[in-house]
Amino acid sequence: MEAASLPAALELVAGGGAGLSPEKRAVLGASLLLLQRDYRFERVWFWGCIQGVRGAYYIAEGLGPDRAAPRSRLYSLNCVEWSLLPPATEDIVAQAEQLKGRFQGDPSFEYEYTEINTEDAERLFEDGKELMIKEETRLVAMIEQIDRAVGIIPRGAFVKTPLGSVHENRNFEGLSLTEAKKLSSYFHFTEPVNLKNKTLLEKALLDPSTDFLDSLEHDIPQGSWTVQLEKGGTVVVLRSLLWLGLTFYHVPMTKQYGYVYFGTGEKNLDLPFML
Amino acid sequence: RGHGPYQPHEPGYGLYQPGYSLYDDQIPDPNSRMLAIQNAKAYLLQSSTISGLNLYDHLANMLTKILDEQPTNVVDIIENISKDVKWAQFRKKMDTLRDEHEILPKFEAAEKRKALFLKANGEGDEELEEEIGEMPLPNVMETAFYFEQAGIGLSKDESYHIFLALKKLISIQPIQTCRFWGKILGLEMNYIIAEVQYHEGEEEEETEEDEVIEEGGKGVGEDEDEDEEKEDEPPKSTYKPPPVVPKEENGTGANKFVYFVCNEPGKPWVKLPSVTPAQIVCARKIKKFFTGRLDAPVVSFPPFPGNEANYLRAQIARISAGTQISPIGFYQFAEEEGEEEEEGGGGRETYEENPDFQPLSVAELVDSLSTWVHHRQSILKQGRCVWLNPFQKSEEEEEEENEEDEKAEEPDEQQQEIGPPLLTPVSEDEGIQNIPAWTAQPSTNLIPQYAVAILRSNRWPGAYAFASGKKFDNIYFGWGHKYSPENHAPALPPPVQAEYPRGPEITETRDPTLEEELAFKAAKEEALAAAEEEEDEEDVEDDEEEDDD
Repeated sequence: MEAASLPAALELVAGGGAGLSPEKRAVLGASLLLLQRDYRFERVWFWGCIQGVRGAYYIAEGLGPDRAAPRSRLYSLNCVEWSLLPPATEDIVAQAEQLKGRFQGDPSFEYEYTEINTEDAERLFEDGKELMIKEETRLVAMIEQIDRAVGIIPRGAFVKTPLGSVHENRNFEGLSLTEAKKLSSYFHFTEPVNLKNKTLLEKALLDPSTDFLDSLEHDIPQGSWTVQLEKGGTVVVLRSLLWLGLTFYHVPMTKQYGYVYFGTGEKNLDLPFML
Repeated sequence: RGHGPYQPHEPGYGLYQPGYSLYDDQIPDPNSRMLAIQNAKAYLLQSSTISGLNLYDHLANMLTKILDEQPTNVVDIIENISKDVKWAQFRKKMDTLRDEHEILPKFEAAEKRKALFLKANGEGDEELEEEIGEMPLPNVMETAFYFEQAGIGLSKDESYHIFLALKKLISIQPIQTCRFWGKILGLEMNYIIAEVQYHEGEEEEETEEDEVIEEGGKGVGEDEDEDEEKEDEPPKSTYKPPPVVPKEENGTGANKFVYFVCNEPGKPWVKLPSVTPAQIVCARKIKKFFTGRLDAPVVSFPPFPGNEANYLRAQIARISAGTQISPIGFYQFAEEEGEEEEEGGGGRETYEENPDFQPLSVAELVDSLSTWVHHRQSILKQGRCVWLNPFQKSEEEEEEENEEDEKAEEPDEQQQEIGPPLLTPVSEDEGIQNIPAWTAQPSTNLIPQYAVAILRSNRWPGAYAFASGKKFDNIYFGWGHKYSPENHAPALPPPVQAEYPRGPEITETRDPTLEEELAFKAAKEEALAAAEEEEDEEDVEDDEEEDDD
């Protein structure tokens, strides 16, 4: 969610019971602004909070002129001092996927691989690296996974210019109520995967400036998103069931939207059994 | 060179000679220029055959709009402005019918929430005087404030609505104590849950559902008796289902509290049925999301005995038994004489508030988990809080089962299950792998004098407890499931039942080979050689046997 709209946004996502204490809210207002100044971001998003066993990580993302470029991610243990995280690579993501269990809350904690086959080990550690991975790396990988899987925006909120860069759409006035209840009005804010597989007929109906991302309609498994009207029907809240804790809110017919993650940072692999 | 054409106000005007300058083809003489302008304007005024608009009017409208609104960087968004103007055109033209005012769902919801804020007529003042001594209504806002210090809780609006909804509940039902238990999220709607204790003697008895189930069981038994009367009776089933563990009485054990749920504050409260041990045992094996509708079926394996209301009640019971904690010393056992010897050694079941409670400091509460205790009985494997041997009543059935069952788990061996006694410290809770069962933190490190001690459960993510001075409370916000690091593995179907007892007389064996038969025959003939009298008869018999092959 946008750093500027943090207080109002937190009220809207509080339906899940998770939020920030007044202390954290107050300090974020100041420290996110300083982040913007120090790193020269154009936009700063408060990504969310990952609860570890002994402590919590607060994550912020910074966006540059091209909103679809890889975002810089920073983490903090107390919302005051922020550290930049290394960019996520495919190797790191693949390695971290093998880890299970909660985050510890200590960035220098090292995980050992206990349940990994020798084949997988050879594939992942081609250079013969040690079978230890730091929690910081796991954090990077997990944020990347969550963003890729469930980071969403409403349709029309961003436009792609002919030069390829992506900007906020200044004419976006919000989705209407009927549109807001449909999953097809929301897109994954990441590199599209399914777009090329659409039939020519479907592609002809798309508007290349706004429909350049995958929509949520064809997410697997079906039903992995819950769409609810909260606060007496004034806010549309989408919650992901695959990554429990990811909450997206949008007030129809206004420009307010955003997503935030409050959770333990674990994928819900039991989802098919639970639906 | 040639800066023409010169306008009247520029020097050089009048020097221009038509027909002789470089720009002749572009700028004809004034008359033909006017003609060209008129042609161009006529072209612009041409109505489109598709939409009926013309470009001239469209451009005029667009420029009017731009000049009225004066947005920044107009040239970048000019196309969108053009689109907007066109849309606006269409809407006005087709507006022959008046729009019916849309009754959006949010208006109805607002209506319901407004109803919460209206004071009930005539009842308010009288009851206030009576109830000042005993206030069943919990101070939801105060609890919400303490939890907010840790970043837990709903928005203040929602908390206040819940506050008023609880007040409404109390005015409807005869309630002695009431507490906001928490919120469970669902797929279509969420549940807001209130934990309630009735005044003594005011409970409604729910025996209807139980009677129906019992009658169903008896009906099956009667069918079996009728089968005996027929001539060709199929083999009578020797299967006796294990006896149903009876549920606990209202007011004790897992059914100590009654729970009311509603989907949103403002909607009517619905009472959840009591929980049976079978439901708890089954709920431990399945993991399903709640849909938000109490009458939704729970499709699972093993099949859950009940619908979503029962599943919800079972999960609430499990969560309460596992995560309702209080600082040590807040509750103490009631001193009762002569009650130390109880059947089954279940331990004490009742507790009361300790009037001499000395609050512990936040540092003590956070450092060590032994300063917190469970004040709810834990649920045994059986599904009850107090163990009950279901086999006690039918001793004859026991004897029959022992003879016939092959895989008999002899009922005599059923161990009495004992759980941890009431008021055990939380430090005795088992962790999961290497994660402790609870995470304790103060709400703030910057201002320790006013910090609140917060405990988060790791076994039931979403269960929180706070303590500050003499106040404490528990709450739950979550999806209603236990944490398990391994993936959920659904129960396997039971092995196929044995159809008939196996024995050597019906077991197939291989036919003997020729060599074996010859050897057998040779051995037999040797034996017969000794008895000469029977040789003739047996040779004949042997020949017959060989012919049968």
